[in-house]
Formats: sequence, structure tokens, C-alpha cells
Amino acid sequence: MPEQQIKNFTLNFGPQHPAAHGVLRLVLEMDGEVIDRADPHIGLLHRGTEKLIEHKTYMQAVPYFDRLDYVAPQNQEHAFALAVEKLAGMEVPPRGQYIRVLFAELGRLLNHIFNVCAYAMDVGAMTPMLWGFEEREKLMEFCERVSGARLHMAYFRPGGVAKDMPDGLAEDIMEWAENFPKMIADLENLLTENRIFKQRTVDIGIITAEQAMDWGFSGPNLRASGVAWDLRKSQPYDVYGKMDFDIPITKHGDCYDRYLVRIYEMYESLKIVKQCIEQLPPGPVACDDHKFSPPSRSDMKHSMEALIHHFKLYTEGYHVPAGETYSVVEAPKGEFGVFLISDGSNKPYRCKIRAPGFAHLQALDMLSKGHMLADIVANIGSLDIVFGEIDR
Amino acid sequence: MVDAQSHIQNLSELGDTIASQLGASITSIEIINRELVLHAERAAIVKVLTFLRDDVNCQFKLLMELCGVDYPERENRFDVVYCLLSLTQNHRVRIKITASENTLVPSATSVFSSAGWWEREAWDLFGIYFSGHPDLRRILSDYGFEGHPLRKDFPLTGYVEVRYDDEQKRVVYEPVKLTQEFRNFDFLSPWEGVQQMLPGDEKARDSADESGGV
Repeated sequence: MPEQQIKNFTLNFGPQHPAAHGVLRLVLEMDGEVIDRADPHIGLLHRGTEKLIEHKTYMQAVPYFDRLDYVAPQNQEHAFALAVEKLAGMEVPPRGQYIRVLFAELGRLLNHIFNVCAYAMDVGAMTPMLWGFEEREKLMEFCERVSGARLHMAYFRPGGVAKDMPDGLAEDIMEWAENFPKMIADLENLLTENRIFKQRTVDIGIITAEQAMDWGFSGPNLRASGVAWDLRKSQPYDVYGKMDFDIPITKHGDCYDRYLVRIYEMYESLKIVKQCIEQLPPGPVACDDHKFSPPSRSDMKHSMEALIHHFKLYTEGYHVPAGETYSVVEAPKGEFGVFLISDGSNKPYRCKIRAPGFAHLQALDMLSKGHMLADIVANIGSLDIVFGEIDR
Repeated sequence: MVDAQSHIQNLSELGDTIASQLGASITSIEIINRELVLHAERAAIVKVLTFLRDDVNCQFKLLMELCGVDYPERENRFDVVYCLLSLTQNHRVRIKITASENTLVPSATSVFSSAGWWEREAWDLFGIYFSGHPDLRRILSDYGFEGHPLRKDFPLTGYVEVRYDDEQKRVVYEPVKLTQEFRNFDFLSPWEGVQQMLPGDEKARDSADESGGV
């Protein structure tokens, strides 16, 4: 019998696929069940955030950042707030900084719970998802109590935070933080030594430190390859410099290690949460320059000047001096940067958003080549992809 | 933590070393908001990036960002901005080159693999053309999209809108119809900004001029 030439097979994965984490359309070239080339088609969730921000005042731009990585919204706002503060020279009072760090860490926990659980479900474990979402719900209740919104908080504003925490919230968060390690231990019981989970993840999608840097990796994905790099330590912002915590790293850079890094990071985040609550100083939560941050409601009832400030801030907004900055935060997924150019008006001239997931997804082709079809699901899950921030 | 003064000192020293090593490829050095910005020659960008990546004192191993900026009033209307990060030196540097619709920017994909998608994005949103890019397709906008939406002369509302047509049983593209025009307010303060005369107010102005007031 003559030898038959087998043609490669092209497979469409997504855009509506439960393991695609949103609207990822993957065009896979398959050689049998082995992946030859993975070509992600992104942009199906493109909303033109950067263009919209150019047409909005600085204050109106804040909620757009919530809608980027909607799993941990506050961390994105943080980057924008830092960028505007740098350009305008605003000083955030200590209490504002502590509250921001506290909620940024709650955001990290929100993200890591979601990712670990959704990832576990991608590779076949149902239970973590059900357990994890209960904890996420508790965290989102804290967000609701402080800002009025469970998810899209619009709470971190340039100059501080929108308003002070209500009474009793700090105690409740503390109590939650005391109990949460039990939940992580439960998750670990289910997954860390689980035979099926390990078979699906160990030695899958290995990326070396050199490759990870070449592909612009950051955050847990970079640390899983053995690079001890965390912006909270190396380029601290707000009060991260005063916090005592460690940076977990692993050596192997496969899917399993990326999972482990996230689990350990949750313990470290809890440390920061507790320290923030213990050290939380009294005082104002936003900068007292009413040319930038709005006056309190009660002031507005009595002071004409406060009323004028309020009116001007919510119609015209504030003018930011001309200049440019690239400000970054360690978002749960990696380095989230805002490249902000101001021309001195009340609207940003250009606001480029550097989403960590964009760089990570780009490496999917390299990560998946030569793996089986089922492994691409593990790869996507372990990279922590959210389309809100990739497509912008 | 390094204090502000010595941080700026370090940055300007770093900038000077880079400029002296690269010579004419770097046209100027700035420090904006405690961040180092290098302006480079477009043709030499690959050389500059390779040097910054491989030099022992720089080691900018990560390309964190590549983006376009549009200044329509300039002859070379685009800036292409590269943000590099060095993990060992804990420094960031920004490199800027200029480009226009008709110039070719040498692709950085041979230096940093991560440049691939960002260059596709800059092509898609600004129409900056990168030569030597292995796969310069649109990335964020729709299949079959026309125009480059992040240019300043592209309207916020775009040109076409989509809807599902029940008769044709498919999604159709139509010109944008707005029930209300998109309103872009200028927020000049009415107490400072208004220069023109109010109708019927000429006499008040004249008498004010005569008395030498205002």
C-alpha cells in the first residue's frame, strides 16, 4: 500500500468555549492530536477603552479601568491613580495609602481564588469552583460595603480613595483573614497532591526564565520560572515598602508551578491584609486639595466654595499639567502599566494600557507547540487570561 | 529605597553612558517625572534595543510595552514608544522614535519576541508599518475593519455600526446613525473664556472703555 500523506487539520476553538476564559478564538493547526500551531484571535471584546478615555475627563476615566480585568478591578484603578498623582503632584495621606494597599491585596485574593478554582475546573475538578466562589462572594461584600459596588468599585481615585471605610469593616476583614487560611488548606487538599490534577499540569507548558523574559512575562507567571521579581518589593508604591511579606517563587515554570505560586501568594497577601488593618492610621483618606479631590457632602451644604469646587470637578474635572509617565502596579496577573500623556487639559492626550495578559497570551503558541489538544486548556488556565484587559 | 535625588542622579548617569556608547543613534535624553526617556533614530532602533538588552550595565531584558502616539500636527505624526525594564538594575527606560504613515519602522521582533503583538496592535490602531515583522495582521479590531481607530482624526463614534438583520439572517454593517450628536464640551470657564460681545451689550462695553475701566 502506498504511503499516505496526512494533511494537517485546522480546528476552531472558541470563541464560545467554557475553557477559553471568555471570548478567545483559537485557530489550532493539529497534527493528529498534537498541536502544530496555535493562533489566538483576540479583539472580540474590544471596546476601544483607550480611545474613550481620550474623550473623558480624568475622573470619568476611572470606571473604565474596572472593566479591564474584571476579576480584580481595584488593582487597575490603582495604576491609573498612581499615574495621575505622579503627573499632578498629588500627595495621598497615609490612611488613604493603607486602605488602597488593603483593597489591592483583597483584589489579589479575589483574582487568585478565581484563577485557581477556574483553572482546576478546566482540568476537571468541579468542587474548588463551588467553594472558591463562596469566598469571593464574601470579599465582594467587603467591596460593596466600602464603595457601594460589589465588582466595579471605582473606589481608588487619583488623590486617594472615594470615601473612608465604614465602622466595623476592618474588624470583619480581619476576622475573615483569620479564617481564610483554612479555605486555602482545603483547596490544597483537593488539588496540590491530587493525582489527576498533577497528571494534567506537571511538565505541561514549561517556560524557562530566559524565555519568560523574552516574552515579556511578569507577575506569578514570571515568578513560577524562578525569577524573584515583584514590583511591590522592587519598586514599592503607596505603603508596600513598610509591609513585611515574602515573594514565593518556584523553579520549574510549568502549569503546576504557576498554580503553586498563586496558592502561596494568597498566604502572603493575607499577611499584608492583616498588617494594613493593624497599622491603619487615622486621618483623611484623600488629598485635601479640593482642586483635585471633591469636598465632603456636609461641607457642600454649608460652604459656597465647596459647592463651586464640587461643581467644577464633576463637570470640567481637573487639569493635569503637561507631561508623561509610565506608572505600574503589581496587579494579580502581573505588571499592569498605564502610559499616560497629558497635554495640560482636563482629558488625557493618550492613555496606553499595558495589560499583563496580553503578553502572556502571546506566548501561548510557543507554550503549546508539541502538546496535546487537552493541554492547551491547562495552559490557558495557568496563564490567567481575562479578556477584559487583553482586548481593552 | 533610593531617595529621589540620587535616583535622578543614577538615571542621568545611565542615560549618559548609553548615549556615549550608542553615539548618533540617540538624539537626545530627557528625564521626565523621574523616568528616563531616550529619543532615538528610527533606522537604528534595532541596534539600540539590542544594545540595551545585551550590555552588562543595562540588561534591559524585558520589553514591557510598545505603543504608538499620534500628534497629527507634526510632519512625522507618530511616536513609537518602547518601554524596557531591567530586572538586575531595577531600572526602566523609554525609547521614542518618530514615524509617519509612509515610513517603515524596523520591527523589534528579532530582539524581543514580545514585540510581535504590540507591533500588530500599533499597526492596527495607528497604521504604523513595521518592516520585517513576520505576521503583521490586525489584532484588536474587527475582521475586515477599515481605518486606524486610535488616530486623532478618527471619530470616537467610528463610521459603521453593526446589527443583526432578521430578513437577511445575518449581521449587517451600516453607517453610524446617532439620534443625538456626540457632544464634546469645551470647559473653558465662562468667567475667563468668553471674549465675544453679548448682543445688546455694546453700550455697556463702550461706556466702560470711555471711563477707562476693565
